[in-house]
Formats: sequence, C-alpha cells, structure tokens
Amino acid sequence: MPAGAINLNVAGRRLVGPVQGFGQLWQKTYRVRLGSSIEPADVIREWRTNYARFWPAGNRFYAPPTGLEPGDVAVINAASVGGVQVSTGIRVIYADDESFTFMSAEGHPAAGMITFSATRDDAGVIAQVQLLIRANDPFYDLMLPIYGHRAEDQVWIKTLGALAAHFGAPAEVTMERTLVDRRRNWAEAKNLWQNAAIRSGLYMAGRPVRWARRLFGRRG
Amino acid sequence: MTAATTTTSADRIDERTLVIRVRGDVTAASEGALMAAYAQAGEKTRTIVLDFSGLEYMNSGGIGLLVTLLVRANRQKQKLLACGLNDHYKQIFELTRLDEAIGIHETETAALAATKG
Repeated sequence: MPAGAINLNVAGRRLVGPVQGFGQLWQKTYRVRLGSSIEPADVIREWRTNYARFWPAGNRFYAPPTGLEPGDVAVINAASVGGVQVSTGIRVIYADDESFTFMSAEGHPAAGMITFSATRDDAGVIAQVQLLIRANDPFYDLMLPIYGHRAEDQVWIKTLGALAAHFGAPAEVTMERTLVDRRRNWAEAKNLWQNAAIRSGLYMAGRPVRWARRLFGRRG
Repeated sequence: MTAATTTTSADRIDERTLVIRVRGDVTAASEGALMAAYAQAGEKTRTIVLDFSGLEYMNSGGIGLLVTLLVRANRQKQKLLACGLNDHYKQIFELTRLDEAIGIHETETAALAATKG
C-alpha cells in the first residue's frame, strides 16, 4: 500500500451483496456517450487499466497495478462528512472485454454490485455505471436522503465525466434511479457493527493517541 | 445492447411448485424471458425451482436479474431454489452470496425433494 493510504475494514471481510444489505434496494444507472470513433472494448480496457485515474479528487482507489482482474481486491479511501476518510474495499467479481463488476466488503456504505460497461448503439459508444445496492446498515440508511444519494451521484457523474474527457467527449452524464425493493432487511441491522465510516472515524480520532505512543515509545 | 439468447419454459409440478427451465445466456437483456416465465407462477405457487442445466453463460447483469426475481418472489412469500448449476456458476452464487437466499441443489429431483421437507 502506498504511503498515506489507510488500509482498514478490508482484510478478513466478506462480500456483501444486494441480498445481505439492510436498506431499500436501489438500481441506479449513470450513462455518458463517448462518440463513435472508439470501440466498447477500448473503453473497458482503459477503464480497467487506469480505474483510479477517473475517480473524483479526494477519493483514492488502491488496486493491483496490473489492471482489474476477477478476484482482485481494492482498498478505497473515500472522502466523507466531517473530513473523515472512510476506508473500505471492494472485490472484482467479473471482468471481461465488455464489462467489469465490483462487490462491496462488509462495512462499505453500499451492499451490492456495481457494474461498469461499454456498449454501442446507432449513435455511438455508451459508458455506463449501474449500481444494484442497499444501504449496508441503519446508519448508512439514515444518511442516504441527507447525504448518501447525493454523494454517490457525484462520484459516478464525475467518474463518467472524467472518462468522457479522456475520450474527447462532452461530459453529459444521465442518471436514472429505480426503487426495486422498498422493504428493509431488519435482520441485517446488525451490519452496523462493521460500519466502515464509524470505524474509520474512530481510527482517525485515535491518531493523537497513536502519535503520542510512538513519541513516548521512542523516548522510553 | 446485445440481445440475450435466453429461452425459458415453465413446468408446473403441482399447485405449489413451478420449475422454470433456463437455457442459453442470462444477462440483463434476459429480463423479458425470465419474467414471462415467472408470470406463470400464480398466487398458489410457493416454490419456484430455477433449472440452470441449459445455462451457457451468465454475467453480473444476470445475477442482478436473479436478485430482482428474488425480490418479487419474496414479496409473494415464494421460495426460490436453483438446480443444474455447473461448478463455475455454483462458485459465482457462493461468491455473490446469492446462495444464502436461493437454495442450490444438484438436480431437479433433489430440489423438488427439498420442497417436501
């Protein structure tokens, strides 16, 4: 891991899919047109090879340098409320020439799958990010209408905007949101115990203590 | 979007049990075929067995479709089971933890026996 990266809430965590999350089940689809001078496979190749490059500022994605392959685990440090850097992770569960898919680690704000794809229609190539997710626990679920939906939209709108800019296309991102299941999985409320935002916040709050320990440990 | 080459058929075993046979590819484009088969379930069906022995390919879009089917089935208090998955797709079900909501059985006979238990 590079210096400065916070590697928490990933090792030893299971994956959480749309079945395991707590909140309502949402399908969110973000799309941008990339023109007709490229092929979908070119988009996916670039995206898989340089995924982190397209992320918005303030967010970090640490993955193996060889490009995203099935089974790869990536650590995410995401900017959040109050300056907290949320450390969590994903695993690549699918990857081919047309698409690749992440699934979240326990504690991630969203339990589910995110699929990145590129297709061609009569007007050219479309890059798409599609989420099938639930808020992982009641805390994230409470935050969704206040912060979560908007923050998530911004991540993917900016990501697709950056991808479009890379391919010389206008950053005109469209978004659709569908509520697939309005029921909550109350049995999964216990996911709160793994909440990566809370754990990351506590870790950051403990920095002065760790610094003092290192300082006095050296002197002692 | 590429059109899926999915075909489905539904066989009613008894008043409470329906088997949906899935053949070909299952991707996001398979929604029409899969939901058309599911529409034959009716109010009295309690268990739906998805027979994947004819499955050739499934991607994450197909997994997402199964999640949507699961949501609809749960709303109707119906149970979903799966049979005929090869080792690769069994691993996919385990990796995505879909097996925690959809019971996996080796054969249709085993799945139907489980409905009696």
